[in-house]
Amino acid sequence: MKFLDTILGRTKPKPANLDALFAVPGAAITLEAAMGFTSAGSAAVCFKPASAYDFASTCTEIGELLELSGKDTGSEVSQSEDSYGYHWIVIRDPDVSDLVTTVHMVNSTLAERGYGNQLLASVFAFRGESGGVSYLVYLFKRGTFYPFVPEPGGGEKRDNQRELQLQGALQGEVPLEADLTRWFPIWGAPVP
Amino acid sequence: MSTTRGYPRDAGLAARMTFVMFLLGLLYVAVMAALIAAGVNFAFVFILAAGLLFAQYYYSSKIALFSMHAKEVSPAEAPQLHGIVDRLCALADMPKPRVAIADTDVPNAFATGRNPSDAVVCATTGILRRLEPAELEAVLAHELSHVAHRDVAVMTIAGFLGVAAGFITRSMFWFGGAGIGGGRGRGRDEENEMLLIMLVSVVVYAISFLLTRALSRYRELSADRGAAIITGAPSTLASALVKVTGAMGRIPTRDLRAAEPFNAFFFTPAAAPGFSFSSLFSTHPTLEQRLAQLAELERQMGHPA
Repeated sequence: MKFLDTILGRTKPKPANLDALFAVPGAAITLEAAMGFTSAGSAAVCFKPASAYDFASTCTEIGELLELSGKDTGSEVSQSEDSYGYHWIVIRDPDVSDLVTTVHMVNSTLAERGYGNQLLASVFAFRGESGGVSYLVYLFKRGTFYPFVPEPGGGEKRDNQRELQLQGALQGEVPLEADLTRWFPIWGAPVP
Repeated sequence: MSTTRGYPRDAGLAARMTFVMFLLGLLYVAVMAALIAAGVNFAFVFILAAGLLFAQYYYSSKIALFSMHAKEVSPAEAPQLHGIVDRLCALADMPKPRVAIADTDVPNAFATGRNPSDAVVCATTGILRRLEPAELEAVLAHELSHVAHRDVAVMTIAGFLGVAAGFITRSMFWFGGAGIGGGRGRGRDEENEMLLIMLVSVVVYAISFLLTRALSRYRELSADRGAAIITGAPSTLASALVKVTGAMGRIPTRDLRAAEPFNAFFFTPAAAPGFSFSSLFSTHPTLEQRLAQLAELERQMGHPA
């Protein structure tokens, strides 16, 4: 079918894969033990807003859901938009499994409403012992994770060495993105 | 898994495209059969045409970048453009193409390359200056759809017969045609045969030209559709189209003429104002057609499949 789609110039929306998200709490424990990285207590979901009116109401619905669930888990939730026009839902909670549950809920709600192909990435923030921020990025379309470590001090440079260290530490914990060209930088993520 | 917000497949577009491809294939078979039946040895012409086209296909990205004076840019040189492409590739789950910028005020963008991992997307400084980030993103999504659909390969293969027929016509004209006027040394039959072959090549060329143009228009509509699906915002692409085509009409003619040979994979063709292609010869669908399709997609998005 792939061949036929190419020949006929069809674009098939790629459904988002959410299953691997639940491996994050385990990975957080490993990172702390192996490299002294602790959760920064925040995570964020990034998606591309669709232009349909229905999408706006879906976002409102998610906001209401989050408020409800936030009362249970004690998570703090905020929303923002970045310079690329992508929408972020930021979740703050010291407990990593609560973060994952909430992130999964946001994602599955969007997917259920048919906006799974609008999902870009989920980002979990970690802090090293020196205080620098590292991100564990989950690519929905690939169902894989990769590390993203911006060099401290801005300037849009990434610390590749640290990223590769993280990759080594996470081996076997989470499905890692094997294709290094897909390790897209996410500058200016609104977390931690 | 959950439902995916579906655009129902455009069965009509797929059917029209299949039909055009079928006609091209039919033409190809017919020409081959006729050549074999006539006992004419045009193998060398076909090998020549195939070789040239393969070179063109293989070096498509280099040729296009060179002729547009486009320069590949690194993420540090064009962080915003790279950022947009990064995110679109993550959304569409495709390898990231190289990114280039052409320094010309004609607002346009194109994609080229023989396969998705060799591809280059190029935007002109004119389009970077004129469009809002969201519109630029929609345009780049259109170009990425061309890459994903492998349009360079499809159009190269589709254009093969036309190129071969063009070769035959020309070679008959230069070498065979010399004998036709005062052909004393030749028999009458031979002259007639020459004329016939030339005539047939011209007809084949004309038909394949029309068919490849039709195919090109369908590929454009497909790429528009792909862009709408990737970005989830058909109306943004529509507004970019209006802006770009509106602005293109006001660009000085000379610049545009220089740009014309590269129209095939452009976002909008750089046709000089006043020079109206009939819709049959055009590589791109009319603005009205494209806007109508996008409006329909926007309407469908409001209703989950």
